[in-house]
Amino acid sequence: MKPILEIKNISKKFRIQHNKEPYSNLRDSLVSIFKKSTETYEEFYALNDVSFNVNQGESIGIIGKNGAGKSTLLKILSKITPPSSGSIIARGRIASLLEVGTGFHGELSGRENIFLNGSILGMKQKEIKARFDEIVDFSGTEKFLDTPLKHFSSGMQLRLAFAVAAFLEPEILIIDEVLAVGDAEFQKKCMGKMEDIGRSGRTILFVSHQIASIKQLCLKTIYLESGKMMMQGETNDVISKYLTKSGSQSQFSISDRSLQDTKGKELYFENIYFTDASGQRKTEFLHSEDIHVVFETAGINKLGFTLLVTVTNEQEDPIFSSETKIEGNKTVLKINKDFLKRGKFYITATIHIFSTKPEDKIERNISFTILDFDSEWAKYDTIHYSYSSFGSVIGNCEWLKY
Amino acid sequence: MPYNCIFVLMEYEIKPQEKISLGLKELWQYRELFFFFTWRDIKVKYKQTFFGFAWAIFQPLLMMAIFTIVFGGSNQEGLPYTVFSLSGLILWNVFSTGVTSAGNSMVTNANIIKKIYFPRLIIPISSVLVSLFDFIMAFIIFIPFLFYYKIHVSLLFPLMLLVGVVITAISTFGVGSLLAALNIKYRDIRYVIPFMIQAMLFLTPVIKVPSDTWKYILAINPMYSAIELFRFGFNDQPLQWNFLLISISSAVIFFVVGLFYFRKTEAFFADLA
Repeated sequence: MKPILEIKNISKKFRIQHNKEPYSNLRDSLVSIFKKSTETYEEFYALNDVSFNVNQGESIGIIGKNGAGKSTLLKILSKITPPSSGSIIARGRIASLLEVGTGFHGELSGRENIFLNGSILGMKQKEIKARFDEIVDFSGTEKFLDTPLKHFSSGMQLRLAFAVAAFLEPEILIIDEVLAVGDAEFQKKCMGKMEDIGRSGRTILFVSHQIASIKQLCLKTIYLESGKMMMQGETNDVISKYLTKSGSQSQFSISDRSLQDTKGKELYFENIYFTDASGQRKTEFLHSEDIHVVFETAGINKLGFTLLVTVTNEQEDPIFSSETKIEGNKTVLKINKDFLKRGKFYITATIHIFSTKPEDKIERNISFTILDFDSEWAKYDTIHYSYSSFGSVIGNCEWLKY
Repeated sequence: MPYNCIFVLMEYEIKPQEKISLGLKELWQYRELFFFFTWRDIKVKYKQTFFGFAWAIFQPLLMMAIFTIVFGGSNQEGLPYTVFSLSGLILWNVFSTGVTSAGNSMVTNANIIKKIYFPRLIIPISSVLVSLFDFIMAFIIFIPFLFYYKIHVSLLFPLMLLVGVVITAISTFGVGSLLAALNIKYRDIRYVIPFMIQAMLFLTPVIKVPSDTWKYILAINPMYSAIELFRFGFNDQPLQWNFLLISISSAVIFFVVGLFYFRKTEAFFADLA
């Protein structure tokens, strides 16, 4: 049997124009007819020669950092934007769930929106009618069907939108990060529905930053980096490669910064890295290890700057913050053991004085990973529970016995 | 499976854009979406208004009243002034509202365009359909005026009505889709549209008939032929074919240019929007 999707050497090229407004206006275009263009172009490949095949019934995960080209790939697959070169042969209807709620209209009722959105997504009226009850049932919006959508809570809108897309039964379903929103219960329901879709013989392309959901849903995964395909294969292999690759960037050093970046700053970060209690540099820690975050600063500290550190999790939720006066050029933050649960954590570091404008700020590009194989929470790694739904920290609390 | 599944086996290719085709087959596949977009826009247009659809009737009637008070008095083209101006206004309104909403449609629907694929032409075409819906409402009100003023209606009336509406529709679509495609790239168009509509109203035989010396230039306006041919159904005036031909050709040219420019640029709308 032929593959349902054949992606052959797809590239998408953008031109970055320097010294130009993002929107063109007529005046500029008219002027440029008469004037020789002095603009310089820089060519930028959002996708560079990506090829792979998808067989019917496969669920394929796509991972990669922000800007790796995941969304561009999905946009080309769903025909929103054409590729610059290469071709795709599709043998089935593709429907995309790029962002939940697109095509909804606040003035129309829930019922009307189901029909409108279904039809925008490519369903026939007959098909929508046949699935109508299921959609309403899944979204739990029965009581509000004749209420204008603008009066729906955002959670209800999301549920309705997911339900419409999930029940539209295309041969190929494209899902981009929809599960990042919505409460945990609904996320679980969505994952369940997507597993059903996968089992019913349809094909899913699933983009997510949540490695856990990719692992749960997809047997095969594609790893993109800077527009290039780094690896494709079994999900577990690809994910471990992805994690080690991204692990190598879990530090920050002055060589990452341009001269302009530090110019005019009295005090700035030179190096940020992680060590264990013995001073050994590393980026992966067991939950039962202390973590030392080392901040090396350079410049003049006559004014007495403050260092403010915020730790965020993978979903960009801030977990905690801590601050101290900077003395000397090396400041170390010790994060106690048995505090953070398993996962990837990011550091945002700011140098400021009297809470005014930051003198220097490093945001989210340094991370460390906590491993957990043996804590009391590790036993929840089953299909019935989700480790990540228990929060990012181990609570500092106790059960009182009476 | 709990329900009947119809698996349509279709194979298609996604490639860099090469040649322009009209994509009529694809438009036909998406025919239900025309209905839904048109229906959405009609519904939303009059939502939360007290008078609802009646606004489609009030607007031309109020304009007619104003024109009659300010410019009225003498007959124009063998018609009482009220009938003259209302007959022009109901078609003119199709053009003005249609061009305005079609011209802005790509920008106002940018969120959908960036997220979901469907033939983009559906959006400006539905804008035209919405304004044709308003026309039907207004036309129902126009009929009693013909009876009240005991105007002699010729047998050609239904034909001329059809011709007038068709010319209006193709020129509205042509100008609207041309502006829509330009608007995505040059946001200046947003400011050009209201000005252009206002200026064109004075160049169209809605308020009064322009003098013959100016007619050659004014006949470039596609709405000239639409309105004059529509009126021919009830005003017993000879047709001035030289002007009409210029105007009809202009409507056809706008239609072809608008359609092709739109098709040529639409693939990149999502990148620009």
